[in-house]
Amino acid sequence: MFRISPNLIHWRHIPEFYRFEGVKCTKCGKVYFPKKYICPKCGFAGELKPIKLSGLGKVVTYTTVYAGVPQLFEDQTPFILAVVELEEGPRVLSQVVDCNEEEIKIGLKVKMIIRKLYKDGDMGLVFYGYKFRPLYEE
Amino acid sequence: MRNVAIVGAGMTKFGERWDKSFQELAIEAAKRALEDAGMDLKEIDALYIGNNAAGRLIGQEHVAGVVADSLGVTIPSTRIENACSSGSVALREAFYAIKSGIFNKVLVIGVEKMTDTPRSLTFEMLLTGHDSLWEGVFGFMPAAGYALLARAHMCKYGTKKEHLSMVAVKNHRNGAKNPYAHFQREITLERALGAPMIADPLNLFDCSPISDGAAAVILTAEEFARKYTDVPVYIIGSGQSSDSLTVHGKRDLTTIDSVVTSARMAYSMAGVEPKDIDVAEVHDCFTIAEIMVIEDLGFVEKGKGGKALEEGITEIGGKIPVNPSGGLKARGHPVGATGIAQSIEIFWQLRQEAEGRQVSNAEIGLSENHGGIGATGSVMIYSLSSNPRR
Repeated sequence: MFRISPNLIHWRHIPEFYRFEGVKCTKCGKVYFPKKYICPKCGFAGELKPIKLSGLGKVVTYTTVYAGVPQLFEDQTPFILAVVELEEGPRVLSQVVDCNEEEIKIGLKVKMIIRKLYKDGDMGLVFYGYKFRPLYEE
Repeated sequence: MRNVAIVGAGMTKFGERWDKSFQELAIEAAKRALEDAGMDLKEIDALYIGNNAAGRLIGQEHVAGVVADSLGVTIPSTRIENACSSGSVALREAFYAIKSGIFNKVLVIGVEKMTDTPRSLTFEMLLTGHDSLWEGVFGFMPAAGYALLARAHMCKYGTKKEHLSMVAVKNHRNGAKNPYAHFQREITLERALGAPMIADPLNLFDCSPISDGAAAVILTAEEFARKYTDVPVYIIGSGQSSDSLTVHGKRDLTTIDSVVTSARMAYSMAGVEPKDIDVAEVHDCFTIAEIMVIEDLGFVEKGKGGKALEEGITEIGGKIPVNPSGGLKARGHPVGATGIAQSIEIFWQLRQEAEGRQVSNAEIGLSENHGGIGATGSVMIYSLSSNPRR
């Protein structure tokens, strides 16, 4: 999966991985994350404007992963993967962290947090990006 | 356009085939198909090869060239890659090549060699049928993708963990009667339920295995079919469509839209309805997939897939037997070969050649093959008659 340089992949996607930016169609107003290049809803092929997302959302479905992951993620098991529906509408897949198996449930409110995603081998760079944690009443 | 028939089929035993190379598997399946049809290789006009990942798995691309060279032919050869649906999409391309009149006789081979690489590299490869960029970076893998769908299906329709395990038990029971299957042994419901967890709620026995194998069929136009066999099996419908590559991009987490659309196209082309199907082979890469797909194909109402297992309607002898071959779960899943192996099972079932697991009086069959979590969907319908509409 990461035979090509992850440095370049992450560098090209700084707005998404580090700033959690989506895009908004300037014609129909639909918001996408990760970005789309042509609006799937209205077909508009002009400019889709960057939009900063709140990072708030709720869990739509989830799984706890125990085994069968690529080598890069073996040291992270078990971990929770979830599809999160963001306040602004788009759905996104990521890990839910700082959360135990008893706590995770459909409908759980979560908030985006920047965390380590993986390390490119023993001597390689560490890559960061968005994950989610439970949203506690503060 | 012309009617298209399958006139010969052959496959290797699926499993951990350390004894055979990629090329040897492809050749073995091809020879058996030619022998079955009583056809000479020199009569073949073109090759279509379904293969997912030879580049990663055996360090060899240009698979179309590899297979043509191994067969010693100079005819056109084309490799089709659509992840787990590579086989059926290759078959569909061949189907249209015959239908349109461009070629008269075509050999379609699906092949995958998955056990020459370390297991962790094979897992990495399987992930590439899904979205590497937006899902792979979080530790996503295929079982996790289907686990996310399973949870949504359980939550929305009350599908139970037992229903998932019942798919595995049924398909192992069928696979035990298939001499080509990777796993030829039955399992108990208790054993299936108690297997080690992979991605909750899917455990090891909810997952299809990593297998080697090849499968081949020969297609020709109706006008030539009887020269090769007394019982040609006609492809009377085909549909293919695309859907989200990502889990997060799916319209509905409990439906595979590309299967719904492809099925609609195939039923319409064939002029038949779900109730007309006598036997089906579906893509049970994970047990939840069979439950969702029997709903999406219209065999049962949406949400009733789990209950169908309880009622036994998808057993051999049931109202709509599903995966009499053992499916991907027990027959095995050499990715590029799977779509062709499904067609071969239907070919044998309609010709009453599926000894030990024969569905009685099957005249119309269906195969469903999808890639990723449905980024590609492909459905084909087969019949003993070139025009079953009567």
